[in-house]
Amino acid sequence: MSEKVIETAPASGLPKSRINWIALAPWLYTIAFFLIWEAVVRAFGIRPTILPAPSAIWGALIQYWPAIQRHSIQTLFTTTLGFGLAVVAGLALGLLVGWSRVIYAGLYPLMVGFNAIPKVAVVPILVIWFGIGTIPAVLTAFLIAFFPIVVNVATGLATIEPETEDVLRALGARKMDIMLKVGIPRSMPYFFGSLKIAVTLAFVGSVISETIAANSGLGYMMAAAQSQFNVPLVFAGLIMLAVEGIAMYALMAWIEQRMTGWAHRSQLANT
Amino acid sequence: MHVPGFVVSKYRGEMSDPFVQIDRVDLRYGGAGGVLAVSDLTLSVNKGEFAAVVGPSGCGKSTLMRLVTGLHLPQSGAVTVGGNRVNKPVSIAGMAFQNPTMLPWRTTLDNILLPLEIVDKHRHRLRKHRAEYVAKAEKLLATVGLKGFGDRFPWQLSGGMQQRANLCRALIHEPELLMLDEPFGALDAFTREELWCVIRDLHAVSGVTIILVTHDLREAIFLADRVFVMSSRPGRVLNEHRIEFPRPRELDLIYDPQFSRKVQELHSEIADARQAA
Ligand SMILES: Nc1ncnc2c1ncn2[C@@H]1O[C@H](COP(=O)(O)OP(=O)(O)O)[C@@H](O)[C@H]1O
Ligand SMILES: [Mg+2]
Repeated sequence: MSEKVIETAPASGLPKSRINWIALAPWLYTIAFFLIWEAVVRAFGIRPTILPAPSAIWGALIQYWPAIQRHSIQTLFTTTLGFGLAVVAGLALGLLVGWSRVIYAGLYPLMVGFNAIPKVAVVPILVIWFGIGTIPAVLTAFLIAFFPIVVNVATGLATIEPETEDVLRALGARKMDIMLKVGIPRSMPYFFGSLKIAVTLAFVGSVISETIAANSGLGYMMAAAQSQFNVPLVFAGLIMLAVEGIAMYALMAWIEQRMTGWAHRSQLANT
Repeated sequence: MHVPGFVVSKYRGEMSDPFVQIDRVDLRYGGAGGVLAVSDLTLSVNKGEFAAVVGPSGCGKSTLMRLVTGLHLPQSGAVTVGGNRVNKPVSIAGMAFQNPTMLPWRTTLDNILLPLEIVDKHRHRLRKHRAEYVAKAEKLLATVGLKGFGDRFPWQLSGGMQQRANLCRALIHEPELLMLDEPFGALDAFTREELWCVIRDLHAVSGVTIILVTHDLREAIFLADRVFVMSSRPGRVLNEHRIEFPRPRELDLIYDPQFSRKVQELHSEIADARQAA
């Protein structure tokens, strides 16, 4: 055996690579994405009516800011409202469905069928009922965001360990006790986890509806800009949607972390 | 050793005083064409007695636990606990399983207090007398060697510690009947032997009636007053062995030749039961 000791750098003696690359990476990658986009558009001389450069989109954002701001707020409003309704109704129905096997069995095919319907096909019906505008957008957001919440809450309830249930029932626990003490707390990580998916879907729903049947909102604005061949404005709308989507997603992720930190930590402990 | 909350009972149960009685019970899962889990199952356990049930896996040991606690009702025959015919969950039993089933969002202490939020006698007193119950839970934690771990979360405890906490939870409401379904199956040998002693001492001071299901014959013989051997499915009692080793039993009993002989005797009986299947 060689006598040579492999030099291990003590932790404090590490070179000053204090830069947290993991935290920086999202920003760097996003900037790089736009830079490459810009470079490609310029290098190949792609016309702005096909693919506008980020600088052109930025220009449109500034030029049309008052309108963009108004439509963005409208979309954020309809999405949040539809999402909020979906949270309340999804939680309630999820608890109901998870409550009993019979309800679960009865509602399951209905819900799957309902979820399989493309929501874009529902918008005309909503328009017949409510006219064009805010209400169909809110309802479409609601309809599309609702399902993952129901399924997740019901899953959390339905997967209670039978042994836990046995322990409690042998103490004389009623169904309600088991739901309150085990089912609901246990389904919370599923519920909060589903919010991230649901809020993203809610944007899809509201924008679909705005594109077809509205006179405000980002979907409407993009459809209008498209008919005028104002492609940079269409892209500016997309950027705003992405920004709102990321913001809401991040908010939901934060809430999830705050509310159900135990689930992450207990999983880490088990792996 | 003193276990809190238990009146130390000199009364160790006359042997003619059956507390749990299973009388010619059949239980079939899943309707007429389903699995016949136990058939013509008869056994009785006296008050304060420590009974162990051994048998091949899948023979209906866990089913027996669910019958006694009223989680399943037999299709024929009768189950009686404490003189009452069991026709709904009994609500005087503490249970512990191999899987500790601690709730990960509750601290260990809150997990142990959980039965008190359920059992009728305590649930209405809990809020007002919380300090008293917490003190009791902490004493129980101390007796199983978990002093000061009450504010940890279950996932911060090792498997053995979780199982200790699980025992505390099964005992906090002073059950008359403690049902243990392979509680130490997932633990290493040393931890398991430590917990044998914990259970032995709890039983010694509390006078609680215990039914222990296990596949570990040494565990059954070390702990129990009587060991029931079950047949393969459909399960029934093939034989019962009275374990006469005097109490208190020390751990080195398991190296005693007589002890080994008893283990072998049971072992061959179960091997025969498996053959017969
Ligand atoms: N809920 C159930 N539904 C259908 N069959 C079951 C159920 N629980 C147990 N069984 C069957 O009954 C038999 C006895 O099971 P169990 O009492 O769990 O055995 P053990 O605990 O001795 O291993 C097994 O064959 C098992 O597959
Ligand atoms: Mg079992």
